[in-house]
Amino acid sequence: MEKKEDQQLQQEEEQVVNPWEVSAKDGGKIDYDKLIDKFGCQRLDQSFVDRVQRLTSRPPHVFLRRGVFFAHRDLNEILDAYERGDKFYLYTGRGPSSEALHLGHLIPFMFTKYLQDAFKVPLVIQLTDDEKCMWKNLSVEESQRLARENAKDIIACGFDISKTFIFSDFDYVGGAFYKNMVKVAKCVTYNKVVGIFGFTGEDHIGKVSFPPVQAVPSFPSSFPHLFSSKDDLRCLIPCAIDQDPYFRMTRDVAPRIGYHKPALIESLFFPALQGETGKMSASDPNSAIYVTDSAKDIKFKVNKHAFTGGQESIEKHRQYGANLEVVDIPIKYLNFFLEDDAELEHIKKEYGAGRMLTGEVKKRLIEVLTELVERHRRARAAVTDEMVDAFMAVRPLPNMFD
Amino acid sequence: MGSSKDQLLVRLKELQIDFSQYEHPVVLTVEAQAKYVGNKGGALSKNLFLKDKKHRYYIVSALADTKVDLKVLSQRLGLGKGGLRMAPEQALGEILQVPLGCVTPFALVNESARHVSLLLDQGIKTQERCFFHPLSNDISISLDAHGLDKFLKSTGRDPSYVDLEANPPVGKDQPPDLAAFIPSGSTVLPDLPDEAPASQDSTGNHVSAGTKSAAVIAKAVKPSGNVQNVKEKPVNGARPSIPSANAGKFVEELLDKTSTLLLSEISEDSIKQHGGQLGTEVVNNIQKCLREDLKNLATIFKNTAYTEGFYAGIHYQPKRL
Repeated sequence: MEKKEDQQLQQEEEQVVNPWEVSAKDGGKIDYDKLIDKFGCQRLDQSFVDRVQRLTSRPPHVFLRRGVFFAHRDLNEILDAYERGDKFYLYTGRGPSSEALHLGHLIPFMFTKYLQDAFKVPLVIQLTDDEKCMWKNLSVEESQRLARENAKDIIACGFDISKTFIFSDFDYVGGAFYKNMVKVAKCVTYNKVVGIFGFTGEDHIGKVSFPPVQAVPSFPSSFPHLFSSKDDLRCLIPCAIDQDPYFRMTRDVAPRIGYHKPALIESLFFPALQGETGKMSASDPNSAIYVTDSAKDIKFKVNKHAFTGGQESIEKHRQYGANLEVVDIPIKYLNFFLEDDAELEHIKKEYGAGRMLTGEVKKRLIEVLTELVERHRRARAAVTDEMVDAFMAVRPLPNMFD
Repeated sequence: MGSSKDQLLVRLKELQIDFSQYEHPVVLTVEAQAKYVGNKGGALSKNLFLKDKKHRYYIVSALADTKVDLKVLSQRLGLGKGGLRMAPEQALGEILQVPLGCVTPFALVNESARHVSLLLDQGIKTQERCFFHPLSNDISISLDAHGLDKFLKSTGRDPSYVDLEANPPVGKDQPPDLAAFIPSGSTVLPDLPDEAPASQDSTGNHVSAGTKSAAVIAKAVKPSGNVQNVKEKPVNGARPSIPSANAGKFVEELLDKTSTLLLSEISEDSIKQHGGQLGTEVVNNIQKCLREDLKNLATIFKNTAYTEGFYAGIHYQPKRL
């Protein structure tokens, strides 16, 4: 049951979470419980993680084990259908506002790749170059160029070309996709969209009419070259929780136009190096680890800028242990990226007790991040423009469920 | 073989571009050039051949007295503050196929310079005529911007002029204004790491000190890639080749990774510890650690092979009936 979010949105907003702005109340932490409550989605508990493990016969992804993907809508229905033999497809996307991708950007893609492999299902990836052209005031050419550049980093995350379709709005909008956009648009009043996204009279009409573009990839009929005989196919959307408003709107509209509601699986925000007051910002290079950072850069950034809960002096630290109530960034990042559960527990225990120093935790983090970035870079080097063309070609994917 | 100056001059005449030519002893600098053609009724140009950190190349062609600040240009292109450097001499020969001191927009007639981006000083448009070297520095030719445009269009380029002296702010809400000049579609060399990354095997805590060096050495000795052609620069005429999915190389890389891990797992200690069970133990570890890595390599291989097929498919010529 979804709550009536309109009334709640009109109340005093302490923390701000929407697709274009994320900030915590009074410079504190984001309150995810409040967010789940306000948005009306469900917590993803251990029973789900176990069920996914059973259904896919492989260990669940580190992001599931650590609660990085922590909320969902209708995931149980997807899993029920899957158990019956009814597959689904994945839909995720990126707004190409900058060439430089940081680790926070990769998170939904890393998780989506796992979902593709584990469930053996196809994936569509939307590059919202039109959105960035409008919101960031980029030229059309520049946003298209960024979309292609970002596509290379996305491909480097390891998606299977025989099961993945990447498209940019400027290239693909039209035909069946556009027909669905109009169907969706007819069901959402101006007042509603203002209520959901906070548009004002000063915002141009491009912004106001954009939401259907991000909504319709949830419907299989938007991709006739892929799903022409499968109008009934369900859709699962892995995304960060700030994208929820788009899909609340979509889920509201879907039954009215005869489609399944898309299911969602949502992640936390990846905190900036300086601490968890919001998202990483693409314009502050020291707030994030970029996929183009060298080993030296990573070492410098973690050592110099990562906010920690370590005590001021070694003696104090040995005595009191680290303050893990505060957001300790090295621990937080290891939570995301250190695969080994046992090692993570060990580090948390020793650090909290004061037996391990901040420097040692940072060192381990630097190793983990460097390996990640190196692996990504090597994969990225193998991606050519021709490969991007192939991923983005409107072509059938005959083996998409194999 | 790049175009020679004679071929170029013939081409200019064919395109009915009006130009004047002056021969003189070889000159390597604008000052030297000025001595011979400074008073011949055309403005002198200075031409810079630049390179960014991602091995993309640019020619900046400006009036001799236009101020060109590489730091500002770098920012306006979106490359950050220190993103542009003078290209190495070698690149002059390989890419532009001109001698030292002869950088010129006319070098773009060569296939090897296909992906070089051209920034033209809008000051050139204000001059009646402007001097450039036509692929050799013992000649200078003067022509007007219109003529230069005609030539550039004949090479398939769309000439556009920029105010090189402008210094607009670049920040979160002001995207770099020259970003469209970044060349796309060039074969990108994999970025060489600044130093050997301090990386470990994904096994993390199970790796002993001896293993770390073995793993790092293995990585240093075998640079990425079953994809062979990504490392080659285009050499005149040949369009950037589609990297081929090389099965042999792929298998070598798989064997390499497995061997490294195998060697690290079998040591005096581990033999003592596991005895006859060592085989099972090692197999378990290998499967656990390598599974994801090898799958990723296989996916890259698959994607590359698919792309080869896709390219072949879209270029296939149907049978003539």
